[in-house]
Amino acid sequence: MAALTTKNIGGFLARQGIIVAFVLFMIGFALANDRFITMDNIFGVIRSSAILGVMALGVTFVVIGGNLDLSVGSMMSFSTIVVLDLHDKLGPALGIPAMYGMTLALGAFIGFLVGYLKLNSLIVTLGMLSAIHGLTLTYSGGKNMDIADKEGTWFGIFGQGSILGVPVPILIFALLAVVLSMVLAKTPFGRKVYAVGGNGMAATFSGVPRARVVFMTYLISAFCVATAGLIQASRSLGSQNTVGQGMELEVLAAVILGGASLLGGSGTVFKTVIGVLILGFIQNGLLLVGLEFYVQYVVTWVIIILAVWLDIAAKRGRLLSPIA
Amino acid sequence: MTDEKPALRLENIVKTFPGVRALDDVSFAVMPGEVHALMGENGAGKSTLMKVLGGILQPNEGRIFIEEESTIMTTPLDAKAKGVVFIHQELSLADELSVAENIFLGELPRKSFGRVDWGKLYEQTDAILKTLNVGFNARTRVGDLSIANQQMVEIARALTVDPRAVIFDEPTASLTDAEKVVLFDVIADLKSRGVGIVYISHRMEEIFKITDRISVLRDGQYRGTLETAKTDEDEVTQLMIGRSLDLSRNEEHREHGEVALEVRGLSCGDLYRDVSFKVHRGEVVGFYGLVGAGRTEIAETIFGLRDPSEGQILLDGQELRIHSPVDAIRHGISLVPEDRKGQGLVLGMNCRDNMTLPQVDDLTAGPFVSDGAEIAIFDQYRDKLDIRTPGWRQTVGNLSGGNQQKIVIGKWLSMHPNVLIVDEPTRGIDVGSKSEIHNLIRDLAGQGYAVIVISSEMPEVLHVSDRIVAMYHGRIMREFSAEEVTEDSLIQAISGIESEKVA
Repeated sequence: MAALTTKNIGGFLARQGIIVAFVLFMIGFALANDRFITMDNIFGVIRSSAILGVMALGVTFVVIGGNLDLSVGSMMSFSTIVVLDLHDKLGPALGIPAMYGMTLALGAFIGFLVGYLKLNSLIVTLGMLSAIHGLTLTYSGGKNMDIADKEGTWFGIFGQGSILGVPVPILIFALLAVVLSMVLAKTPFGRKVYAVGGNGMAATFSGVPRARVVFMTYLISAFCVATAGLIQASRSLGSQNTVGQGMELEVLAAVILGGASLLGGSGTVFKTVIGVLILGFIQNGLLLVGLEFYVQYVVTWVIIILAVWLDIAAKRGRLLSPIA
Repeated sequence: MTDEKPALRLENIVKTFPGVRALDDVSFAVMPGEVHALMGENGAGKSTLMKVLGGILQPNEGRIFIEEESTIMTTPLDAKAKGVVFIHQELSLADELSVAENIFLGELPRKSFGRVDWGKLYEQTDAILKTLNVGFNARTRVGDLSIANQQMVEIARALTVDPRAVIFDEPTASLTDAEKVVLFDVIADLKSRGVGIVYISHRMEEIFKITDRISVLRDGQYRGTLETAKTDEDEVTQLMIGRSLDLSRNEEHREHGEVALEVRGLSCGDLYRDVSFKVHRGEVVGFYGLVGAGRTEIAETIFGLRDPSEGQILLDGQELRIHSPVDAIRHGISLVPEDRKGQGLVLGMNCRDNMTLPQVDDLTAGPFVSDGAEIAIFDQYRDKLDIRTPGWRQTVGNLSGGNQQKIVIGKWLSMHPNVLIVDEPTRGIDVGSKSEIHNLIRDLAGQGYAVIVISSEMPEVLHVSDRIVAMYHGRIMREFSAEEVTEDSLIQAISGIESEKVA
């Protein structure tokens, strides 16, 4: 009986550990700093999480489909630099769709390699992380990109504007989250993403075109990255070449924290949004209690490794197991 | 022999899995210097017995004795240390390492500071290889050896521990005739050294050539031991197949409809050659043969998973171009695959979503999947196939094997296929559900479906088929009607005996 109880507690922690840890963190932060639970702070956290969040929505599709996307950080740099450059060359009305086109082309290329050629997504997107970074530097000649006439453009609306008091980045994040949530949960395509990620072989044996589904997940990811780049560029109207660098890991962290399995086949858009918020609040909380911002790198990764362990433990039904 | 102690003895071994009694009170003994065949159909319990012996599974009841000393095998390494060694059907060697490294893997001779003593390693290895009389040496890279020679490396590995008993699991499955002779010499040599040998094989010819006694398992039970010299193939076959109550021969005589599926001169590389057959509406055609005879590969070709190198596939007289399962499904060809968990189901998904997966594009209201349409299909086929589940939300991985299989069958039936191919319909399914699935297959033919059943279990093939196609080594050896078929002729056909007569 005692053994059974221990096992149950282990099982509960394995399933709900992230929520438990999050609640403990929140309580700790709230006690340590009374500014933590204020409307201003909460709104601020959501707004600063929006760019990360938009990217995480796309990566959710890729991960549920059983693959990884580590290229989103440098792809976001690419989108940001390109749209700023084209803003002055073509004007925003043409520059924005052109930037979307170029970013989607990158996503299509990755989707082709991983979906149709069946190359390992870790290797492909790790390679693309570096390749796209090089592409961005080549494009910009290594210089920062700035919009010449910052006063006379409407381009700032995506990053700085607000509608009915709600910042536009939050609106975009919310709108995309709702639409993509419907796509994933309600459409035949969404169902196929789960099937391909859950058991690609069985999906193939059921007539699901696996390669095309994987391809589409990377297109969706690229679309989200382009949108994130748009918000980023619009917010500062100028950017360095490295603006998105390292974000691929934070994005992946948010997706995993939300509970999407790295093995594919499980997760939801809603859970990813929760993951994004957890990450945002924890990082914000660490700053508010007075820790230097670089501490968050350590804490974030401790949490993520914990999350991955608990994910696998939940599958095994126990915290430790002699076999994988 | 009576005053000798058995090299290895099992007493009243019971091993149960949820819903299945895989080994039911099995006792069995091998004497030193004896080659003892262990026979039984697929699913009779041979591999479970081997896993118990090898320390991979622990028996629920019963005891294991080595030279009459009671022992417990905790792990495969422990079994080896106690002198029980396996030569597996699938080799477990590291291709990139030398023969010597493979043989002494994990126990390489050491010098000071943990350095490997290569001189000693090669010396010891060559000494063992010499007794096996093989044409390669200790430094050869294992990946460069033939399958037969790799098997010799496995045997050499077994000899590092002075074994009491060596268990060969289908050792000749991928050997040529010349290579078999070498293997049999080695077995004879082991025998003369007083090692007890357990020899698992389906091949009667070999069994009668090299074994001293034959023990038979059926449905997890020990069915008796025969002296090889005093018995014949018929008696062994009888003991192996027996007659379980629910598996009578198919004796229905039905009128069949038009030809639904026809295959003409189909070949696919080395997998199978020049295969032709027809399946009528309302007919069950059974494909029987040993594992690796090419049956599954034919099914996969018809379902668009493999491209044939030659030949035609026709449906209702029209030639089809099938390059993917999507094409096959569009033409109403469906496949219930042999590996239910790996190929048939997305185990983490719920029952309904698994069942409707191939047609989810058609079950929409606007851009979204229609819950109502899906649930209607699920409910209809749950009732029709008597699928026992608490509800459609239940994760498929939590269902029993029989119910899982019904979900896969329902997945295709709900699309009203022209041809239903069922590969190993009852693998890993308990006896009760087995006969349900069999009845279901008979019923489907009765409703006018053209059905192909691929099975490695003879009673199953005899029970469900109107016609039986016997395959051996990628070729169709013979076709039998249900009335004319006999067990002997079937076994001969799938063992390639007729082909030898012709040649």
